[in-house]
Amino acid sequence: MSGIASREPLLRLSDISLSFKAIRALAGVGFAVRRHEVCAIIGPNGAGKSSLLNIVSGVYRPQAGEVSFDGRTERQLTPHQAAKWGIARTFQNIAVFGGMSVLDNVIAGGNLAFGSTWIEQAFRIGRAARAEREARERAERVLAFLRLQRCRHQPVSSLPYGLQKRVELGRALVANPKLLLLDEPMAGMNAAEKREMSEHILDVNRDLGTTVLLIEHDIRVVMDISDHVVVLDYGRVVGDGTPADVQNSPDVIRAYLGTKRAAA
Amino acid sequence: MSSRWPAAIKASLLIIFAVAIVPWAADEYWLSAILVPFLILSLAGLGLNLLTGFAGQLSVGTAAFMATGAYTAYNVASRLPGVPLLVAFAAGGLAAALLGVFAGLPSWRIKGFYLVVCTLAVQFFVEWLFTAFRWFSNDNSSGQVEVPPLRIAGHDFNDPIGHYWLVLAIVAVLTWVARNIVHSELGRRFLAVRDMDTAAAVIGIPVLRTKLLAFGISSFYCGVAGALWGFVYLGSFDPRAWELGRSFQVLFIIIIGGMGSIAGSFVGAAFMLLLPIAMSHLASAWLSGAVDQGTLSNYQKIVFGVLIIFFLIKEPLGLASIGRALQRRVRIWPLRQW
Amino acid sequence: MGYLLETLVGGLLAGIMYSMVAIGFVLIYKASGVFNFAQGAMVLFSALTFVSLIERNVSFGCALIITAAVMVVVAVLAERLVLRFLVNRPPVTLFMATLGLSYVLEGTAQALWGADVHGLDLGIDDVPVSILGLRLSRFDLFASATAAVLVVLLSLFANRTRIGRSLRAVADDPLAALSLGVRLPKIWRWVWTLAGLVGFIAGLLWGSRSGVQFSLTLVVLKAMPVLIIGGFDSIEGAIVGGLIVGASEKLAEVYVGPIVGGGIENWFPYFLAVGLLLVRPAGLFGDRAVVRV
Repeated sequence: MSGIASREPLLRLSDISLSFKAIRALAGVGFAVRRHEVCAIIGPNGAGKSSLLNIVSGVYRPQAGEVSFDGRTERQLTPHQAAKWGIARTFQNIAVFGGMSVLDNVIAGGNLAFGSTWIEQAFRIGRAARAEREARERAERVLAFLRLQRCRHQPVSSLPYGLQKRVELGRALVANPKLLLLDEPMAGMNAAEKREMSEHILDVNRDLGTTVLLIEHDIRVVMDISDHVVVLDYGRVVGDGTPADVQNSPDVIRAYLGTKRAAA
Repeated sequence: MSSRWPAAIKASLLIIFAVAIVPWAADEYWLSAILVPFLILSLAGLGLNLLTGFAGQLSVGTAAFMATGAYTAYNVASRLPGVPLLVAFAAGGLAAALLGVFAGLPSWRIKGFYLVVCTLAVQFFVEWLFTAFRWFSNDNSSGQVEVPPLRIAGHDFNDPIGHYWLVLAIVAVLTWVARNIVHSELGRRFLAVRDMDTAAAVIGIPVLRTKLLAFGISSFYCGVAGALWGFVYLGSFDPRAWELGRSFQVLFIIIIGGMGSIAGSFVGAAFMLLLPIAMSHLASAWLSGAVDQGTLSNYQKIVFGVLIIFFLIKEPLGLASIGRALQRRVRIWPLRQW
Repeated sequence: MGYLLETLVGGLLAGIMYSMVAIGFVLIYKASGVFNFAQGAMVLFSALTFVSLIERNVSFGCALIITAAVMVVVAVLAERLVLRFLVNRPPVTLFMATLGLSYVLEGTAQALWGADVHGLDLGIDDVPVSILGLRLSRFDLFASATAAVLVVLLSLFANRTRIGRSLRAVADDPLAALSLGVRLPKIWRWVWTLAGLVGFIAGLLWGSRSGVQFSLTLVVLKAMPVLIIGGFDSIEGAIVGGLIVGASEKLAEVYVGPIVGGGIENWFPYFLAVGLLLVRPAGLFGDRAVVRV
């Protein structure tokens, strides 16, 4: 039973096309992501990678094509729906809630499972206290997992860049997502920080079983941690396979280096 | 979160002060002209702060919500005499809340600065509504209404001390509720929507619903504040008490006092009330009464404008934040030696 | 039918007046992304200064020059003391700062020159003139002509002068403009001065129509629906927006007004603007910003 289930991909994109006014961002993009794998999207700048992630998380709506997730299909996915499906993400330009503490940011990530209504909260009755306690416990577990406990009460905007990125990751994890989308999680980091973030990502994948789809520019990182690589260029898929396959594909080389080199 | 201990002590001290010391020490002038309007304006500021300071939705329609509360309460109290006064106030709050939700509906499509037009539209519409339709003023030709005497559960609240108790009780309860909201999941959602509404949507927060809740709750507070302002402070009012200038007044209260801060609403209201008085006194002291009211109000305008600019530049979190910073300094200061 | 046409055209012409105030906003918004709530106060301040000079027997030409100079000073002070410190803040903060600025200007204007209503006579009477069988106001026609001249002048300025080109560069891409050596404070001073002068002209026209008094500052609020319809960053949009607001306001006042009692024009344009925004959240002419997430 579970064998059949895990062969069916968790996420499938079919023939996705996206345009902004006159600019074609994505054209006929399709690929699948299997459960429990780490899949990386790579490609030159402007290839449409972030747009793709935005479509999967419901932020952009494609002009054509569909997104299938865990057996359900949707053409006009909204961010709220994507969250309910179990898709979580981080952003390229960190989108943490600057005015809140680390702890509150992470607790906020679990809002879909929050167990009391606003009226109960306003009058401190019913399930309010218990729901808050449970939400806090869930958040504390994630903070421990990412080693963020010490700064739990600090306002996120006062933290260094690397820590803010970790908080954003924590906020995405607290809801126990089935699929985690990471938009350039290593951007702006030095080698040591990249190693640490890679470990966190692998921990998430192995210990929590979360499927990961990430955008990354550092090819070494990609080759190290991914099971599956998809290459985009000018909004089209030019490579789709294991890291080794993709590395040797002439189409991919052409995309990165241009035609002359590929011929040579 | 910092331990509840100091907060509980602070709250207890405040309550003792407000309940035991003030009524005994304050004279009629202080009660009627300073404390009562201070509490009511703080309530309005609290309402606006929930919407603008915490949930990040700028509103210039505060006066319209207050007017709705006042006129609804008036019509309920005068047309349905059997209805208890507090219920009339609550009805005012509810009517204002409904209007607030209506004003917030466009936020589904309209973002950022453009949203100001919605509250501006509501403000002008309500101003016109209560002026054009005499029915709201009990068909009084001048548009002025006189409120009925204040009786609750057989007790009279028609003297300054009665006014104070009534307003204090209502404001205290609503402040407690506001504080609960701010420290709860709903408060977190407000802040999330304020800081990054795209990210909020992505983590599953129902953004429109949260905004509408903010509009509704905030307008309820402003509606009750309006009812109190009309019934307790003014005693009789007409549509001119609820013009755009009053919306700006409440906005200034929260900018100066501190946006996103409950204490800030109170600090700002105190400032807003006391500054003109202080300026009056200064003017008479320095210029021996050579300054008339008109000129004084012009200078007040200038001072307020400068203060707004100053706070926006230097300390966007207002006086409340300056106060907290001072508190921290005072706590640390003795330890600085080590 | 003739009456409808007359009302319509009358509304259009009245709308031109709104456009003129709106143009002042557009200038500042294009160059710095700020919605200048103080524009109305600038209109009042300039008109009041001019009128007070005239009442002190300063000649018309002299009063014009002095007032223009005063508006330049106001622009420089606004940039130096306020804008400079709010460069990277969100638009809402900047808006509230201009709100504060408007209070300062209003208070100063009235403290200096008093709160009475002043009459302003430009020598153009508001008498009806017959054109193509329609009775139109001579004053409105004059105002429209002035607006047309203004737009042409601004257009020439933007396209033919160095400062104008820098302004367009900044409006298009501030960072790129900076990297080319355009100095932002200087641009802002120019833009605020221009806005102040445009406001001055608007103030003269409005003032001579309804007297120079405090309610002139409320004109700024009418500019908002104009800008929303026309887009905050388009001069052509300001003209079209003004025409639409003026016409619809007049039509509503004449045809719907009697049913519900007068005064609809106070709120009708705003609801119109909200309605439009619901359909096109970036305004009719505005640039739909592609938000990169």
